[in-house]
Amino acid sequence: MSRFQLPRRALIASLAALALVAGLVSLLFGAVDLSLARLLAAATGDGDRIATTILFDLRLPRTLLGLAVGAMLGLAGAALQGYLRNPLAEPGVLGTSNAAALGTVAAIYFGLAALHPAVLPLLAIGAALLSLALLFLLAGNAESPLTLILAGIAVATLAGAGISLALNLSPNPFAAMEIMTWLMGSLENRSFGHLWIALPCIGLGTALLLWNGRALDALTLGEDAAQALGTDLGRLRLRLLVGAAIGVGGAVAVSGAIGFVGLIVPHLVRPFTDRSPSAILLPSAIGGAALLTIADLGVRLIPTTNELKLGVLTAFLGVPVFLLHLMRERRIW
Amino acid sequence: MVSLTLDKVGVTLGRRAVVTEVSAAFEPGTLTGIVGPNGAGKSTLARAMLALVPATGRVLLDGEDVAATPRATLARKIAYLPQGQVLHWPLTVERLVGLGRLPHLAPMSKIAAADDAAIARAMDRADVLGLKDRIATELSGGERARTLFARALAVEAPALIADEPLASLDPGHQIDVMELMRSEADAGVLVIAVLHDLTMAARYCDRLLLIDGGTVAADGTPAEVLAPERLRRVYGIDARVETGGDWPTVTTLGRARG
Repeated sequence: MSRFQLPRRALIASLAALALVAGLVSLLFGAVDLSLARLLAAATGDGDRIATTILFDLRLPRTLLGLAVGAMLGLAGAALQGYLRNPLAEPGVLGTSNAAALGTVAAIYFGLAALHPAVLPLLAIGAALLSLALLFLLAGNAESPLTLILAGIAVATLAGAGISLALNLSPNPFAAMEIMTWLMGSLENRSFGHLWIALPCIGLGTALLLWNGRALDALTLGEDAAQALGTDLGRLRLRLLVGAAIGVGGAVAVSGAIGFVGLIVPHLVRPFTDRSPSAILLPSAIGGAALLTIADLGVRLIPTTNELKLGVLTAFLGVPVFLLHLMRERRIW
Repeated sequence: MVSLTLDKVGVTLGRRAVVTEVSAAFEPGTLTGIVGPNGAGKSTLARAMLALVPATGRVLLDGEDVAATPRATLARKIAYLPQGQVLHWPLTVERLVGLGRLPHLAPMSKIAAADDAAIARAMDRADVLGLKDRIATELSGGERARTLFARALAVEAPALIADEPLASLDPGHQIDVMELMRSEADAGVLVIAVLHDLTMAARYCDRLLLIDGGTVAADGTPAEVLAPERLRRVYGIDARVETGGDWPTVTTLGRARG
């Protein structure tokens, strides 16, 4: 048994409590200082108009989006790590988030986003799907983590090149700024409209990814043994590809590319489980919701002249995880 | 109890025909050793038996084509121990052996609902019960091989195909694993093992299938298959085969000359 292993229910309950507290605290802070009394009055229905608007039209959708997007990114990281058998796999690292961001950038750039509200998320999902299909194709059935990392670099580089091209060709500095904003990821000024775009995608993606626990566990023994244990690898790959693409694509379509949540969260929850891929799926989703909400609280509370972008903060948080792996690999720690 | 029939099975990987026209029938309650030189196609043949590689011809499990059998059904009928010791996550021995129960879990049931008694039985038989709380990736090569063997036993399937189960085991544990496979066969299980140690194979197997260049070079009892002139032709070795004892023993004298 791992030193820190907790009973599954206790782990899930503590993470859920953490996410709930983070969500409630997140409602208390924003650009405008509102007293707790005014917020409570607004929450119970007899507050003033300004407080009610700020709470329900600004802070509540932002908080809910933070929870939903965080859950999706955490789960996508956990599921991809299980499938690719690599603790460094993550939608951001593998280029999926950037590809989805490229989809949204294309939608904005070519004016397609104005045609219909569904165009932006659809393009994000399509681009995420393409990037994952390309990744799986390039990585093939190789058991080696190196092959995967190389394939991930290829896909991420391609998505990055596409984004650079869009920046390069952008007609004016404002268009370039808008693209940059998408790349850095943020939950600032999001409305319920954004939530309704993201939620169905995240719901579907979550369902498709949570389904794979057993097959991912079987893959611990390699592909042959997993198949001999009854895993249909083709269907598993399809569920993962479609689930991650729809979920991450939908999330990126409203929040922009927020990296490293899927890397950090499974890494944090794994020591509290039996370390099997199935055991970290749900905890990574709940933990991701908590982490992103806390990070989003951080960008509001850290005093900077411009509001810090969420993706920037999570990228800084991701670095220690890489360092830890590096130190373990070199047996320094 | 199940029986397994190979009917002109062939496997082409890339452009190379790795297995060609192999026909053989395996009965319940027998331990068959698949032997042959490196690269002869033994592992590929074993994988073809589980439809893990696309094959021509037919592999029939109780008369049904394995390629057309759903994976979940096949998983309950044949336990498979692949070559090598791939382990991607640091699971405990008990959790790892428990993966062998996956084929028996009802579709929506919890993974934790796996049959503890079957897991304990498998760990006990493969002599890893004492290691159950250890992290499998931190075990010695031999301990890990026994843990993976226990994982295959935990399936409790009517057929067991083990690809080089003796690799990285010391002589004592080699005997333990061979005796385990022998007792499985005696209990009615159809056991097929890819083996390199010819004396070990001769001592415990009912039958040997000698594979060379992707085809059957010989098929019969160990005494029939292990003829010095055949070993010379297939393995390129000079060997002394003694058949006076309870089982044939093969002593390799050196590379065949000329």
